[in-house]
Amino acid sequence: MSATVRDAGAGLSRRTLLTVGAAAGGGLLLGVGRAAAAGTAFQPNAYVSIAPSGQVSLIAKVPEIGQGVRTSLAMLIAEELEVDLADVSVVTAGDDMARYGLQLAGGSATIRLNYQAMRQAGAVGRVMLVEAAAKTWGVAASECAARGGKVTHTPSGRSLGYGALTAAAAQLTAPDPNTVALKDPAAFRVIGKPQPNVDNAAIVKGEPLFGIDFVLPGMLYAAYEKCGVFGGRPKSANLDEVRAMPGVKHAFIVDGDGDIDSLGGGGVAVVADSWWRAQKARRALKVTWDMDAAPDQDSARWEAMAKDLGPKTPAHILNARGDAAGALKSAAKVVEASYAYPFLAHATMEPQNCTALVKDGKVEIWAPLQGAYRARPQLKKICGAADKDITIHYLRCGGGFGRRGASDFVAEAAKISQMAGAPVKLVWTREDDIRHDFYRPGGWHNFKAGLDANGRLTAFTDHFVTFGRGEKFAPWADMEGDEHPGGVVDHLQYGYSLIPLNAPTGTWRAPRSNALAFAMQSFTDELAHAAGRDPLAFQLELLTPSRKLPRMPSDLPAIYLAPGMDTGRMAAIVKLVAERAGWGRKLEAGRGLGLAHWYSHFGYFAEVADVSVGADGVVKVNKVWVVGDVGGPIVNPAGADQQVKGAVIDGLSAALGQAITLEQGRVAQGNFNDYPLLRITDAPDIDVHFHVTDNPPTGLGEPALPPVAAAVCNAIFAAGGGRRRTLPLNPARTG
Amino acid sequence: MAYRLKVNGERRTVDAEGDTPLLWALRDELDLKGSKFGCGMAQCGACTVHLDGQAVRSCSIPIEAVKDAPITTIEGVGASAIGRTVQAAWIAADVAQCGYCQAGQIMSASALLASNPSPSDAEIDAAMAGNLCRCGAYLRIRAAIKLAASKLGGAK
Ligand code: FES
Ligand code: FES
Repeated sequence: MSATVRDAGAGLSRRTLLTVGAAAGGGLLLGVGRAAAAGTAFQPNAYVSIAPSGQVSLIAKVPEIGQGVRTSLAMLIAEELEVDLADVSVVTAGDDMARYGLQLAGGSATIRLNYQAMRQAGAVGRVMLVEAAAKTWGVAASECAARGGKVTHTPSGRSLGYGALTAAAAQLTAPDPNTVALKDPAAFRVIGKPQPNVDNAAIVKGEPLFGIDFVLPGMLYAAYEKCGVFGGRPKSANLDEVRAMPGVKHAFIVDGDGDIDSLGGGGVAVVADSWWRAQKARRALKVTWDMDAAPDQDSARWEAMAKDLGPKTPAHILNARGDAAGALKSAAKVVEASYAYPFLAHATMEPQNCTALVKDGKVEIWAPLQGAYRARPQLKKICGAADKDITIHYLRCGGGFGRRGASDFVAEAAKISQMAGAPVKLVWTREDDIRHDFYRPGGWHNFKAGLDANGRLTAFTDHFVTFGRGEKFAPWADMEGDEHPGGVVDHLQYGYSLIPLNAPTGTWRAPRSNALAFAMQSFTDELAHAAGRDPLAFQLELLTPSRKLPRMPSDLPAIYLAPGMDTGRMAAIVKLVAERAGWGRKLEAGRGLGLAHWYSHFGYFAEVADVSVGADGVVKVNKVWVVGDVGGPIVNPAGADQQVKGAVIDGLSAALGQAITLEQGRVAQGNFNDYPLLRITDAPDIDVHFHVTDNPPTGLGEPALPPVAAAVCNAIFAAGGGRRRTLPLNPARTG
Repeated sequence: MAYRLKVNGERRTVDAEGDTPLLWALRDELDLKGSKFGCGMAQCGACTVHLDGQAVRSCSIPIEAVKDAPITTIEGVGASAIGRTVQAAWIAADVAQCGYCQAGQIMSASALLASNPSPSDAEIDAAMAGNLCRCGAYLRIRAAIKLAASKLGGAK
């Protein structure tokens, strides 16, 4: 089983390569990475250095966005190198994909891609330090042991700290990382033990860690006004009036480039000696905007179009198997239902911001980014700079959730700095952030399913209505042809029709799955009830017999391509979560349990929600049970617990209250009063359990989120609150 | 115009318009970056500081309204036993994910414990309802407040 998962890197070799050398100042430097394609230069993913002082430093290539990567990567090194976690300092690398390969905090991929290589690096370091000590003493390496940052000669009790051994170790030939002996997991002292976030001490003191806290000498501050209608271009503005306001140094129109991930339609920049002054002056702006046509992008209109399209034949077929039409005709019972979910914004707690210094053909950027693979090419274009003249520093992100791979705010800051001829920090307001996002696209699913006389699922069809042009889905609006239960039903048809869209869409925590799981798993529950069966038994039947489903061809980048679902792994955790939640027990009137599961980002999750429905129809979630199978070991159980609970709360936030709507081309929401986040008062108790299996470990930022909305809706039905087929459940009351 | 503010026990001069929100005076004029900008309209609590010992949203208080009231920010809250204990509890309970909201959370929690040494669950929720956490660290926030209360000798 594990072999299948390992090969899922779609042809990427898992061989680890290593470079060893002397670090500046006499230390030992290890560069670790995976073999690139044949004939290309080796690119280490991470560097570990041991200074003559004994200080261990890890250069992590993946930015920190709250997923705890600085902690978990340090743990892998500490374990195999035999040093205390407290003695490993982690430095987040700058953007340098030529050196590190893809640098991206996304796709829950970091642990999956680095677990083995980081351990191997630590082990190579340990073996070399032990050998250096043995040589120094003239004894056999087998008589020496490494522990707590030093090597001890066991028979004599002599010991030397790593710092004293680095120079000698750097002279040795490194062992092959692929065959170096790794520690027996039973002997782990760090991995699998809860470790607190390495940045806790700095965070609780309010140290300036985040992008928005960054300061450059002589820096100015920018506020930036864009057209509320996507793509609108500034024609003229009362710039002279604004320039005369206190603290304002520059006010100018920035021309757009027509690229929504860059300067888009452009805007009006106000640059001042403090952000508040820039923002205040911005409020005095009067801008005339140029728009191509009367704005027709409107949620109410889309709603009507989707209702009209739903019953019609899909414009395009995604996947068809067997004879769905025939099977529906001969079914003992046919169930039909339509599900809808809205657009969502990311609303990272730290609004988008970026500090830029563009001068003399050189570009330097300091920004909270999940990755710069989109920003760098934009900077080349906008600033006319060569790759080598662009430096991008990754600063800590106040949340990412898929928003901070985009480059719009980076492009804006760079252009404003270039035009102002000064270092500039651009800070968006919350309203800018909510109105100029790359949204989770909304969608409508029109299901039809057939049940036989025994209440077994025989046919399943979906006419998915979402956004895009021609047959091309808008970014991240798509679905795969085998979304569960598409992989297990005999007669299947998944088709789709698209509504043209001008608003930007993008990745939002657990892209696609975050919406699809709601629709698919709610309707599956609906089918169980229509069949007069227990949803648990019905769901398990679909997963039986245990089998590994084939994977559909997909456009996803190779490193994100997961193998098809292993229904046995899912069935195991579905049973387990039902057990933990006491599935089948009697609850008081108005209260119910709901079950859902979903497989995404290599991770298996099953969840049960305990929900009460008030007389006013308001939904309250009392408790959520979560069981996950993300292989084993769980590198940092403390961080894993946080990621899962955070994902559940995030999923609840969206399911209960969030919707982005467009009214005549403009986003109607702007701040947390009308785009609410779940508050502590509504945070339910969450029971998290990991079903540890011997599959390779995978990441956790995303896969716990998708099942929660369906679990809640299924619980509402069980509570007698009716079938809820539209999100959000408790739409925002503006307050 | 110059305003004299009492910040973390020190007299500091801020040369800015009177309608400048305290948050931006702290962050950009006094270089105290711990208080965070999240919404600018008293919806998220990321900017919470103590004004005369009360937890307030600094994004929505103009500096001209502060007058002589002493201000404590996350950078200064560790000077009090309660603040120090809350910070330590936040580390022990390993609360932070991205960490962006946590300065505001700690300021609200320490103001709560100053006025109510042994808050019930409902009292914790009521006092913390104005502080959003996009990462969803709420369960650990509750745990950390209880831990701090017990360390301060007030836990039930
Ligand atoms: S920034 Fe002050 S409450 Fe949100
Ligand atoms: S820890 Fe990220 S917003 Fe609270």
